[in-house]
Amino acid sequence: MLDFSKNYFELFGLPVGYIIDVDKLAERFRELQRVVHPDRYANAPDHERRLSMQGATRINEAYQTLKDPIRRAHYLLSLHGIDSDVEKETTRDTDFLMEQLELREQLEAARHQPDPYAAINALVSDINQRITSLVGQMALQFESATPEQLEDAREILRKMQFLQKFRHDADALEAELDESLQ
Amino acid sequence: MALLQLSEPGQSTAPHQHRLAAGIDLGTTNSLVASVRSGRAVTLPDSEGRHLLPSVVRYTGDGVQVGYEARAAAATDPLNTIVSVKRLIGRSVDEIKSLGSRLPYRFVDSGSSVPRIQTVAGAVSPVEVSAEILKALARRAGESLGGELEGVVITVPAYFDDAQRQATKDAARLAGLRVLRLLNEPTAAAVAYGLDSESEGVHAIYDLGGGTFDISILRLNKGVFEVLATGGDSALGGDDFDRVVAEWMMQQAGIRDDADHAMLRRLMREACAAKEALTEAASTGIRLELEDGTHWQGTLTREQFDRLVEPLIRKTLGPCRRALRDAGLGPEEIRDVVMVGGSTRVPLVRELVGGFFRTEPLVEIDPDRVVAIGAAIQADILVGNKPDEEMLLLDVNPLSLGIETMGGLVEKIIPRNTTIPVARAQEFTTFKDGQTAMAIHVLQGERELVSDCRSLARFELRGIPPMVAGAARIQVTFSVDADGLLNVEAREESTGVKASIEVKPSYGLSDSEIEGMLRDSIDHAADDMVARRLREQQVEAQRVIEALQGALAEDGDRLLDAAERQQVEQALARLQAVAGGDDADRIKREIEALEKACEFYVERRMNASVREAMSGRSVEDFE
Repeated sequence: MLDFSKNYFELFGLPVGYIIDVDKLAERFRELQRVVHPDRYANAPDHERRLSMQGATRINEAYQTLKDPIRRAHYLLSLHGIDSDVEKETTRDTDFLMEQLELREQLEAARHQPDPYAAINALVSDINQRITSLVGQMALQFESATPEQLEDAREILRKMQFLQKFRHDADALEAELDESLQ
Repeated sequence: MALLQLSEPGQSTAPHQHRLAAGIDLGTTNSLVASVRSGRAVTLPDSEGRHLLPSVVRYTGDGVQVGYEARAAAATDPLNTIVSVKRLIGRSVDEIKSLGSRLPYRFVDSGSSVPRIQTVAGAVSPVEVSAEILKALARRAGESLGGELEGVVITVPAYFDDAQRQATKDAARLAGLRVLRLLNEPTAAAVAYGLDSESEGVHAIYDLGGGTFDISILRLNKGVFEVLATGGDSALGGDDFDRVVAEWMMQQAGIRDDADHAMLRRLMREACAAKEALTEAASTGIRLELEDGTHWQGTLTREQFDRLVEPLIRKTLGPCRRALRDAGLGPEEIRDVVMVGGSTRVPLVRELVGGFFRTEPLVEIDPDRVVAIGAAIQADILVGNKPDEEMLLLDVNPLSLGIETMGGLVEKIIPRNTTIPVARAQEFTTFKDGQTAMAIHVLQGERELVSDCRSLARFELRGIPPMVAGAARIQVTFSVDADGLLNVEAREESTGVKASIEVKPSYGLSDSEIEGMLRDSIDHAADDMVARRLREQQVEAQRVIEALQGALAEDGDRLLDAAERQQVEQALARLQAVAGGDDADRIKREIEALEKACEFYVERRMNASVREAMSGRSVEDFE
């Protein structure tokens, strides 16, 4: 069975680090699922099928974690012994918070725009750019990962979560608009 | 005289045992069965050369009719003739009522949450009705392939929820079929297309059937079909097109809403015929027999028809937009759109969908057969006929899964469009001092309020030691298997008190109800049950033996030392000694003993294949 003591990076045979080769990750994900997935064991005895399901579940989880820059940051911090409740923390960077407040207001106003979808899209691409820039900053922190840098990484992660929440709310607003069309 | 054995160059001369397997498209309006014969997946016709089997079941005083015969009687015997049962499966009586008030059945108040329809042959549940259709298809496949099926892949709409999937699996069990996999219909269609053309990239599958709509976005890469997102509406389809046309006819012909069942059936039939005619023609004449025996005549033009159905088609674009968003893609990133389901023959559907995805829809494979063909390809692989096949399907769960928290809110545990199989855990705590039990309410859906989501199951975790509020740590784990079926487990961490359920949906049949139906059904009289159980164990034993022999031949020398090998072979010999016997319990025990004896070997094999997969890649990386 898959060695559960291996961390997600080792599972995919990738170096532990924030910068990740996504193509290679996707390729190895497929290679692994090809040998472990329950469909490979459709005719196998129950015990093998259970093992295969556990293995495939773990590979899926590892892949989803490493693929997503925010979950990857969380995971890396936990590998560095910081099992923080970052989810429940919030940044104290007032400039950042002010900016967020403005973006929120724009999102709320988007629903009344002549083309609300376009307005939401514009906001979301702005948010995506901000996330990309934070991803760059995050990568720097993990290069040598000193305690100070890990503390900074934690702060960057708090901001990323903020932006992600925004993206989520933008999706919800779009879904709401879709429904009102029907 | 010995016959000469011919073999293809490069193929093994060892007689390869071909296992019989089939793909079944259990549709709302029509069903099909397909199988791989001489390397090609084909749908199997009945003795009269017809491939489609109308999904219609009629109960009569002396038997059950399925298919054309039943459909022909739908207008004259509406109460005993069940059409579009797929719309009812896995649903509660209340939900069915909200689907449309014009269902011409008499529902029995059975006290059970599973609806039952009163017929001359007694009350039947949608699961039993579906099982009749499956039996008819399996019979057809058995006759056409010359043997009993070892396994089937049954397709379901991607958007089917847990209750509907579970009910479909129950129907298969009732029909005596072994389900290799429940496969999402759009994924099956992609398989049918994807293997013919080596088209790598992102595809959209637009599947508008008789009663359900599905959209799937998937990426095909080196034989792996990875579903990125899926969405849809499990109560929208071609039947609704018929309904709006029928309503238009009622208005035009001055037919009252309380017309009798036979009248309603005639209306639906004429509406459907008009819809089909308008695929080619610009207008079509309608002649309808009224209740008083006179006729109404009218004309429906394509323009008028388009006006009637356009709102319904537009309704499908919302889920398309959402699926793209979930996949993180724009319409321009979709390489092509595959059209599936009879309703995609409607020209306006092709036009609007093509416009939305900005590409000409693909319609090369018969949209009625494409799903069954894909299912057959997958069944052939899963049953073990193609050990070297590289194809793999990675599906997602279509709807978010969560549990009820304080204030009637839903806390999501597994969000929609997560690749399956998946397991996620979340911790909860008690909110009162000394609380010793916790109710767990499992829900499916995207909305925040419990009342807006589908209730899947409720259970209770008892025996929590009394602690102050907030001190208990209750871990709730959701796991979804490769068929998309959910299992929930709750456990108090500090004491290990545990409760788990396989989610038998609030609207599903219990195991004992199914056992009861199996016992009651005429084909499974009492001693039949015993024979059947024995047969099942014998087949299972054979499968286990073959799997192990294959494994030993492949890598037994490499992975086992002499003592280990001897140990495995002894257990194998013990099973072989009883496998052909008539003691089902004994066979079962020996199977379990063998599995236990081989546990370490199985793990070693899986590890070896994982290592191999990884090392193969690393070598390539050095090049």
